[in-house]
Amino acid sequence: MAEENLLTDDFLRQLINIGEVDIVVGLSTHNNARTIQPVIAAIQAGILKCFPRERVAIINADGGSQDDTIEQVKNASIDDLRRGSKVYALRTLHSISVQYGRIPDPRRALQTIFSGADLLRARTCVIVSPETTTIEPDWLQRLARPAYHDNFDLVCPIYQRQKFEGALVRNLLYPMTRSIYGSRIREPYGSEFAISGRLVSDFLSNGIIDQDWGRMGPEISVTIFALTGKYRVCQSSLGARPPSSPGTHDMVTAVRRTVGALFASLDGNFPFWSSLRESQPVPTIGTASALPDDTVRINRKRLLDMFANGVAQIEPVLSSILSPSLLSELRRIAALDVDNFDYPEELWTRTVFEFAASYHKSTINRDHIIQALVPLYRGRSLTFVIENRDGSEEEIERREESLCANFERLKPFLLEIWAERK
Amino acid sequence: MREIIVNELTQAFQQMARDIAHYLPRLIVMLIIALIGWVIAYLLKLLVRSLLRLTKFSKLSENSGAAQLLHQAALPSSTELASRFVFWVAWVGFVLLGVSVLGIAGLQEYISKFFFFLPRLFAACVIFFFGLVAASFFSRAALLTAVNANFRSPRMLSLAVRFIIVTFSLSMTFEVLGVAEQTMLIAFATVFGAAMLGLAIAFGLGGQDLARKFLERKFTRQNREEREDELSPL
Repeated sequence: MAEENLLTDDFLRQLINIGEVDIVVGLSTHNNARTIQPVIAAIQAGILKCFPRERVAIINADGGSQDDTIEQVKNASIDDLRRGSKVYALRTLHSISVQYGRIPDPRRALQTIFSGADLLRARTCVIVSPETTTIEPDWLQRLARPAYHDNFDLVCPIYQRQKFEGALVRNLLYPMTRSIYGSRIREPYGSEFAISGRLVSDFLSNGIIDQDWGRMGPEISVTIFALTGKYRVCQSSLGARPPSSPGTHDMVTAVRRTVGALFASLDGNFPFWSSLRESQPVPTIGTASALPDDTVRINRKRLLDMFANGVAQIEPVLSSILSPSLLSELRRIAALDVDNFDYPEELWTRTVFEFAASYHKSTINRDHIIQALVPLYRGRSLTFVIENRDGSEEEIERREESLCANFERLKPFLLEIWAERK
Repeated sequence: MREIIVNELTQAFQQMARDIAHYLPRLIVMLIIALIGWVIAYLLKLLVRSLLRLTKFSKLSENSGAAQLLHQAALPSSTELASRFVFWVAWVGFVLLGVSVLGIAGLQEYISKFFFFLPRLFAACVIFFFGLVAASFFSRAALLTAVNANFRSPRMLSLAVRFIIVTFSLSMTFEVLGVAEQTMLIAFATVFGAAMLGLAIAFGLGGQDLARKFLERKFTRQNREEREDELSPL
């Protein structure tokens, strides 16, 4: 059930004017005037092509844009008579926009979109990032169809990535989610996904968004909620994501929003994940493949400096989080030079699990624990770069699989340190 | 003559006997109060110790850095120290209460001063402890932020934050205790002012290059190029 008191009168009026719909496409924006046009065009084309008979509405939750993002979204409506390139839209496409606050807040944005979708009784809600300029009309079909026609509750994306893109997803989020929650979802944190009306309703009524993990990472909490409930989850191959522009993802914010939410989710879901022993594949539509062109320039020396300096500087903090043996091992690898540097899979897995256990026990402030992981992640990402610099797609895939196997194999270790006295 | 001496001695002994008879019950009352006070103080000590263990006070003091300070000074753990403190304050309070029963005029003023001082002592302890907790929290936050932003001297920044907060809380503690208020205020202002002036001079004179590089990085492409080296996490 939607929390109507959070919604403004104007937004409710707009929702009432629409009535009921079959599909809601949600856009969370903040000063995206530069990129939103191709995204909206792709959504419109996708609706005309794939869902001409369905009632569709675009809901834009805006976090205080100062440019004309909102106007661009509002103008995206398609009336009954407007013709696409070769097909007719048989229904009106409504496009509404609401400003939920003056500063961007992913939690409130998702809550607004979900509440709107719930009130419109949408069968499927598709979330699209306004920054994904590489979006194609087919993406809407690939995301919405499994939820709309095949009764899946959550459709996660699989992106075509460049070799070094998504290092945090590949080295931590995917392996850990897979090992903990037992489902092989490659992108547990996707900026595009589709969700059934049932899951939207349950997500809101269970107040997940108000719990620690929902507050920290609303997007990944949708995936975790679906995995821990009896919901049907699948993943669908989309295509290439646009390469992140420099500084798009502040590292600490990204880790807080994903790893922080994942760690926080472990407390309440312990009965569920502690009994799972192995992971299962999930239905996958399409296949993932890497992008051949890899133009990312990585300064390995600088990455090593940041790791080694981090380990040395925050050693007193790390000693409150990690076991002495693991800390001395980190000290050892921090002294290696770039050519011989190696942060092995097993050590990385143990590091992550000890961090998760310390987070559970709140050995120090929880946010400080998350921040202390960042320098170590930089060390692991350096190994990721070194290992995969000349590797083929298959080799990268094999290494990723090996890391996941390590996370699954060491899950009993996590359970053991989890149960140790605080 | 002999009779006078005997008479005087008898009167003296009688007076002493009367005085003893007058003070003895009060002394016994004082001893009883002290004994009851000891029992109550001991029970309070046990209660405080259990409460502190239950609330994981030792972990808080470890995080705040207070535990390390105590360890270096060869003092018992923070939980033990706090419970002993409560015991002694309570027992001394009862003993002084008992002493006041004796009705010794000179002591009354000091006893009332002691009881007047107790709330201030408690407030001072609380302020200092939470000062240490705040210093630990904010210095660690500064350290982590500086490390993740790849600053040159994160430890220095963290120590500076800790020093400022501890100095500030010490100054507040002494002010609450009423000990050398003016001296502490002047000392704090001098230390704080000197530190700020020192930093300003150091940055202005010694750090000209650093300042220029910082501004260049901030407003030119160099910063962007460095960021390009960072792997996209998501």
